[in-house]
Amino acid sequence: MTNKIDIRDLDLFYGKFHALKDVSMAVRQNGITALIGPSGCGKSTLLRCLNRMNDLIPGCRVSGSVALDGRNIYAPDAEVASLRKRVGMVFQRPNPFPLSVRDNVVYGLKVAGSHDRRQLAETAERSLRGAWLWDQVKDKLDAPALGLPLDQQQRLCVARLLAVQPEVILMDEPCSALDPIATMKIEELMLELKRDYTIAIVTHNMQQAARVSDFSGYMLLGEMVEFGETNQVFTRPADKRTEDYITGRYG
Amino acid sequence: MRILPKHTQRAAIAALGGATLLTLSLLVFIIVFVLEKGLPVLSLRFLFTNPQDMGRAGGIFPTLVGSVVLPLLAVAIATPLGVGTAVYLTEYTRESRLTRVIRFGTDCLAGIPSIIFGLFGFIFFVTTLRMGWSIISGGLTLAFMILPTIIRTTEEAVRAVPRAYREVSYSLGATRWQTVRRVILPNALPGIVTGVMLGVGRSIGETAAVIFTAGSSLRLPSSVFDSTRTMAVHFYILAREGISTENAYGTAAALVIAVLSVNLIAYWLMNRVMARRS
Repeated sequence: MTNKIDIRDLDLFYGKFHALKDVSMAVRQNGITALIGPSGCGKSTLLRCLNRMNDLIPGCRVSGSVALDGRNIYAPDAEVASLRKRVGMVFQRPNPFPLSVRDNVVYGLKVAGSHDRRQLAETAERSLRGAWLWDQVKDKLDAPALGLPLDQQQRLCVARLLAVQPEVILMDEPCSALDPIATMKIEELMLELKRDYTIAIVTHNMQQAARVSDFSGYMLLGEMVEFGETNQVFTRPADKRTEDYITGRYG
Repeated sequence: MRILPKHTQRAAIAALGGATLLTLSLLVFIIVFVLEKGLPVLSLRFLFTNPQDMGRAGGIFPTLVGSVVLPLLAVAIATPLGVGTAVYLTEYTRESRLTRVIRFGTDCLAGIPSIIFGLFGFIFFVTTLRMGWSIISGGLTLAFMILPTIIRTTEEAVRAVPRAYREVSYSLGATRWQTVRRVILPNALPGIVTGVMLGVGRSIGETAAVIFTAGSSLRLPSSVFDSTRTMAVHFYILAREGISTENAYGTAAALVIAVLSVNLIAYWLMNRVMARRS
């Protein structure tokens, strides 16, 4: 397996607050990489560096490099909009637009300039199937997306992302608003998706990280304490702090 | 002695309910009063015939036209400018001393008496730019007058669009402008329409600024460079110069009905648009 994303010596500041401290890690192609750690440790911030969502926050500065297929996405000539088409994101709370199911799925395509109705319809179906949502919504594509149950909304957000054919999917605690059964469905979906996509996920739920991920990184106070194969991190952690966290003595 | 919560609760209901009741009854009283005096005069003939003898006899057709054209022109000029400014301030600039100064400036502008805008319009548009007393001078002046309201309401509406919508849009590769056009403006629409309607209301009811800039000619205007008289100005002149109290009330009734129907139509349109979106 090769590295899809290489993070080297990444530092991030929100104003004077040093939120990420000299973080280095890699995201393997066609793997699921999980970031775990207590609230406020910087795991979401790190995830958001991978498609430059932090650019939207005033006073945020980044140094170091994040290479996607070997090219630094923070290079001066890097194009943010096209980066975000390659590296998409699923957010903590399901956040469909207040539009119909169909209009949600094709949003990214329309933004990219595609207006051919047939092509839009085909992609919508393919994406909804990819997110295991087609059977539930095929008869109500014109219904408001906000009327769907929460877990279907979250899978709609996944479908909306699949429609732009990203290479990497970032998931920021995608199950924290869902019940255990819905969570299980999303986890199964993730395992299916990793055949075609590279996935990085932030999760509060350590069982989830252990169940789905191939690699795990434990973060604390903005530092990457330990990074390695999930199996090893969870069974033979090299760092005392990681052990404390996963055994429940901390956090 | 301590007053029981039960009693303060009752007193609160009485006070708050009383305030509401008083406000409502005043409103109803004013409308009923104007309509009672004006409705007997009001008829299609009154609305669509030309006035005679300075308005002592005949109808109010030219002023009806003036009251439609001036606010329309004002809103047509002020809406793109105001919405553009508001979107620029909220989406394209970071909060800074400059944006705070601009916001403070628009707030001050909103509080300036309309006659000052009238005076400015008279000096700038009517005389300096030689537009004369005309619909265009009046429309531009009213546009400046309602601009601050539109900017502020639009800003509030844009700010109220959930951050999550912006994030999703950007995360799907949309540019700032695409996000504004496809996500922010549609979701801010109700607020923007409210601002525009407030502007329409203010321009329909305005007299001072209109007399200074659009004049008070009773002839039917044939272009935007003609002077015109609005219903509000007509009412003012009829009542103030004691020309015809009857026709003054007829005009007032027409004005009240016009404002009510504009608001009702806007409300209805808004609901239809929102129903289609969600």
